[in-house]
Amino acid sequence: MKVSVQREDFDLSREVRAVSRSAAVGAVASFVGLVREVKMTLEHYPGMTERAIAAIVEEARARWRILDCTVIHRYGELSPGDQIVLVAVAAAHRGDAFAACEFIMDYLKTRATFWKKEHRAEGASWVEARAADDEKAERWQQ
Amino acid sequence: MKVKVLFFASLREQLGTGALELELPAGVTTVGALRAHLRARGGAYESALGDKRALRMSVNQDMVPPSAPLAAGDEVAFFPPVTGG
Repeated sequence: MKVSVQREDFDLSREVRAVSRSAAVGAVASFVGLVREVKMTLEHYPGMTERAIAAIVEEARARWRILDCTVIHRYGELSPGDQIVLVAVAAAHRGDAFAACEFIMDYLKTRATFWKKEHRAEGASWVEARAADDEKAERWQQ
Repeated sequence: MKVKVLFFASLREQLGTGALELELPAGVTTVGALRAHLRARGGAYESALGDKRALRMSVNQDMVPPSAPLAAGDEVAFFPPVTGG
């Protein structure tokens, strides 16, 4: 299991290979989030962010049969098209990999301590949290 | 009791600071009470930490409700709802 909060970009295929090493792995589900349309700055709470993501991964491990998992989230200055976040989950079967990957992303959206500031022509502004993200995270509790 | 208080994102900008070292008066024993104590400083603190503002808080890097107790040396943080991913 790997959690990294970093400025640097990441390589999807390398990360997928890294979680696929065990012969028991039969499925890898991965998600990559990209910057859309505007430049942004991502701020985070060093220390707490890593702890929060590790706790989410632990919760996923308690719910599904996961063999390995990598979560990478970037911070700092990012431009449209840049990769922001990667979740890659390896399991024996696709059901566990798909579900855990989506669960980790949904929880990360509402629990990992990141804040986006968008830089538009008319000025910079902090992105408001969306109620839809809370609802997506809550549906896993039903 | 002395605690460290951190602010992030829009809250940090509104307050003009990201970190404070505070000696708390005897009555301030929870995160919610600390928020009220900070608000009483007036000015930017009063508006940025007002009751209507949706804020999250943590103690020693765990998200907590306002009723969470404080101990000497704690690292407390206030921040807006998160927007990563």
